[in-house]
Amino acid sequence: MKAPRFAYEKPRSLEAAIRRLADGGDGAKLIAGGQSLGPILNFRLAQPELLVDVRGLRELAAVRDEADAVFLGACTTHAAIEDGRVPDPTHGMLPAVARTIAYRAVRNRGTLGGSLAHADPAADWTNVMALLDAEIIARGPGGERRIRASAFVRGPLTTVLAADEVITGVRVPKLSARARWGHYKFNRKPGEFAEAIGAIVHDPERGVARALVGAIGDAPHVVEDARPFVTGFDPAAAEVALDAAGLPASGYERQVHFVALKRAVAQCARAGA
Amino acid sequence: MKTALALTVNGAPVSEAVEPRISLADFLRERLMLTGTNVGCEHGVCGACTLLIEGAPARSCITLAVACDGADVRTIEGLDDDPVAALLREAFAAEHALQCGYCTPGMLVTARDIVTRLPDADEPRVREELAGNLCRCTGYVGIVRAIMRVLAERRGAR
Repeated sequence: MKAPRFAYEKPRSLEAAIRRLADGGDGAKLIAGGQSLGPILNFRLAQPELLVDVRGLRELAAVRDEADAVFLGACTTHAAIEDGRVPDPTHGMLPAVARTIAYRAVRNRGTLGGSLAHADPAADWTNVMALLDAEIIARGPGGERRIRASAFVRGPLTTVLAADEVITGVRVPKLSARARWGHYKFNRKPGEFAEAIGAIVHDPERGVARALVGAIGDAPHVVEDARPFVTGFDPAAAEVALDAAGLPASGYERQVHFVALKRAVAQCARAGA
Repeated sequence: MKTALALTVNGAPVSEAVEPRISLADFLRERLMLTGTNVGCEHGVCGACTLLIEGAPARSCITLAVACDGADVRTIEGLDDDPVAALLREAFAAEHALQCGYCTPGMLVTARDIVTRLPDADEPRVREELAGNLCRCTGYVGIVRAIMRVLAERRGAR
């Protein structure tokens, strides 16, 4: 199908973009790479009156090495993360995850901030940034605020962002030298949205052991205390995590999430060997 | 309301006023008559519309034409004199890498990206990278062989 009619503006500054969103109300929608919005425009699931294009804004392209984190501007593309063109504070986790997002042609344009704002429950950054306890920086008419990635998504395609707030970037905490991670994305074909994402990060120096039950059709489920998985896969603890994530008590969906978590834990253990 | 758009297509400057809702693919096909870019699924999954924006592969069905203001766009028509594309065309013919040809422009753009960006790719990597381009005729075997052939040729020449 073809996209519906809409007006299009390309503000010269972030301030102007925020003002435009505030004026436009519910009819105004932000676009960056357009790799999530493009399809839903073509399906006419989204029918905005106005698209505000922020792809070229310098404020959203910033990348900074901060003391305890790396700040990645919202318009950082998945391909830039995949290729290591931006700093990686995660010992290879971000580039490895980026490589599994859709296809290279999509990764060349799709952005970190756009994917987070779209908040597809199966989207990779939505899940992985929650696992990593990253912070999402958003700016609106009233100024800037930091939102924990694990508290950012309210439900499918719904975030805590106000209509006139723009993600400026993401602060990804730096893993320390001995940190390890595992990540397993279950899909039947490379590039598809995940049917399940299991992941774990263990950073003893920072006292962090977190696990993820992701792509559950809702906000990602983070296990804040994943110590039972640090020494090896604990099936009983996994069942508790899957229950807490709200998965059905049995059947295919539960099984793929169980296996994804198990494989992520195994990868993390191998990384420490 | 139409929006002014100025970009470079296959090396030539183009200026037009377009409706914002028009995709880059439709703009190229219907306004510039560059019909080598094919439109398949129109939601970024099939890869038939893949072309180069600023030298990097992109989906022209989910990229708005107006979002390409100032950009350098290259379609399959603009790869006639490209040496890598020439090797790929030969290999596609030799390895029976196409039948109906609908996916082929997108396949060639992706194949060119694979052999230039990943010169040491093995067959599993080639298949992974090809996952975003669907072909319903060949079963992919010939396409993978053609790309492996060009990778080997270029490694031999290095």
